[in-house]
Amino acid sequence: MLRYLVFRLLQALVVLLLLSAATYGLLGLMPGDPIDLMVGADPRITSADIARLKALQGLDLPLWERYLNWLTAALQGDLGYSRLYTQPVLDIVAERMPRTLLLIGLALILALAVAIPAAVVAARNPGGAVDRGVNLLCFVGISVPAFWLALILIILFAVVLGWLPAGGTVGAQGGGVADRAAHLVLPVATLAAASVAAYTRHLRAALIEALGEDYVRTARAKGLSERVVTTRHALRNALLPVVTLLGLDLGSLVSGALVTETMFAQPGMGKTIYDAVMGNDYNLALVGLLVAAAATLLGNLGADLAYARLDPRIVYRTDPAT
Amino acid sequence: MIRRLGPGPALAAAALLILVLAAIAAPLVELAMGLDAEAVDLFGRLQPPSAEHPLGTDELGRDLLLRLLYGGRVSLTVGVVAALAASSIGTAVGLAAGYLGGRADALLMRLADGVIALPLLPLLIVLAAVDLTKLGLSPEAAGSQTVLLARLVVLVALVGWPTTARLVRAATLSLRQREFVAAARALGFSPLRVAVRHVLPNAAAPILVATTLAVGNVVLFESVLSFLGLGIRPPTPSWGNMLTGAQELIWESPRLAVWPGMLIFATVVSVNLLGDALRDALDPRSRRRSAGGAQSGQ
Repeated sequence: MLRYLVFRLLQALVVLLLLSAATYGLLGLMPGDPIDLMVGADPRITSADIARLKALQGLDLPLWERYLNWLTAALQGDLGYSRLYTQPVLDIVAERMPRTLLLIGLALILALAVAIPAAVVAARNPGGAVDRGVNLLCFVGISVPAFWLALILIILFAVVLGWLPAGGTVGAQGGGVADRAAHLVLPVATLAAASVAAYTRHLRAALIEALGEDYVRTARAKGLSERVVTTRHALRNALLPVVTLLGLDLGSLVSGALVTETMFAQPGMGKTIYDAVMGNDYNLALVGLLVAAAATLLGNLGADLAYARLDPRIVYRTDPAT
Repeated sequence: MIRRLGPGPALAAAALLILVLAAIAAPLVELAMGLDAEAVDLFGRLQPPSAEHPLGTDELGRDLLLRLLYGGRVSLTVGVVAALAASSIGTAVGLAAGYLGGRADALLMRLADGVIALPLLPLLIVLAAVDLTKLGLSPEAAGSQTVLLARLVVLVALVGWPTTARLVRAATLSLRQREFVAAARALGFSPLRVAVRHVLPNAAAPILVATTLAVGNVVLFESVLSFLGLGIRPPTPSWGNMLTGAQELIWESPRLAVWPGMLIFATVVSVNLLGDALRDALDPRSRRRSAGGAQSGQ
């Protein structure tokens, strides 16, 4: 188990290193070189000055050397400076990360709270009217573009009904808990939509399979009520594969957070990455991307470990021949 | 055991057919309506539906219906082309991994897992910001619509291949145990020939399903990237970039936000329903675990 954990952590580290090297290489291909920007501010600059400036900033070194310098600094906690916010990148990440974690956490809870009952009623009578309805709704959830869902929700609840704010984190009066919660409703609902559909579909399939197992027949034969059989026996087993799905789904939740935060003006990591790219603040964009990837990979690993913990039959090995 | 598929897939196919035909017919509709799709009319901004403009006009006074039809051409083309590209890469990788096995298999599949686990949208956004002139393209070429289209296709294909790769690998793994493959090998054919001529045709079913489902994902990626200003750029309309300005105008003209999204949604839902039905029809085992496959692109 420990060997497996170390192996997976190393694997995640390799992915992150490759990703950081690749994106660092890409930074040089982004529009708006820092030197160009400085040069633009001084029309009398000579090419000798430009060369001196480049040497001063370490930009005359070969790419791999610059990457190693960046990496050494990054490993020591110096992630550089954001041009857009004129703050250390680390501070920005620390400030914005909680919002994204809050959104994703609430969306996960909402998704499970909807998906579990939906899957249970759908699996009760596979092929029946309820099951088909749930299935159709799942297709809707999987196929709806998140940013459009956000627009529709804004039109419905902010423009037409006027019940909820269209974006931001607090009202103009700087309201209390209720106001802050109201600002979270639409973003969390938008973010949860795709996950609800994915979880419901997987859980339904797992439940139908579990309900056909011998232990369920035994439980029924003991005279247990259908409700107890479903929740205590079948559901507990059917939830297992969903744990892995939660881990795999994290990547799309982080992607979804980018859209949701941008649409609803939430100051989280997703919006930060987007704003950084749009504002030519590539240092921030690079770190934001790496943080998002690291969080996703760790969540992934966490889900796999939880799975092994919950299901004693699972034994992870380090050889990848599966 | 044939499952009653219900009217869903047929309806989905019909909807897709209508969308494709409408997109193809865009210039004809333009002629019939006697309008110019790109004509800006600043005195006729944000008009409600009328006899002249069945769906009204947008923020520059352009006919919304015509913009939607032309946008459909772009969005659907990108969807199909990028899905084919992603699926070709995926097929090649999956075939190689499944047929070669061993280290190559482990390496390629870890790579696929790595790509699947990453948050794709932030990655795509960073990739979409690459300045093509720094890759050696002339400024005019880098700004041309064809190059932007190609860039979008490449980007989406780069992140879209792993699903197909996994499906094709699974099919290849079981196919390579079969007698006809052993026979082909015994005849002394090269591994490449056995893989391409004997294994690949028999993996057509999963490839077809994966490609169909990929179209849905690609349309979603195209729309969100164009919406965020990193895909298809105006004045060329795509369903995604038509929504870009819609959010600011949402209080004045919510209509503008509804239609393009509705068409994206209709396309993706139809493709997903069709892909699911195809899988059920082609793979009898999938009925029991029909939950996998269609995953949200966002």
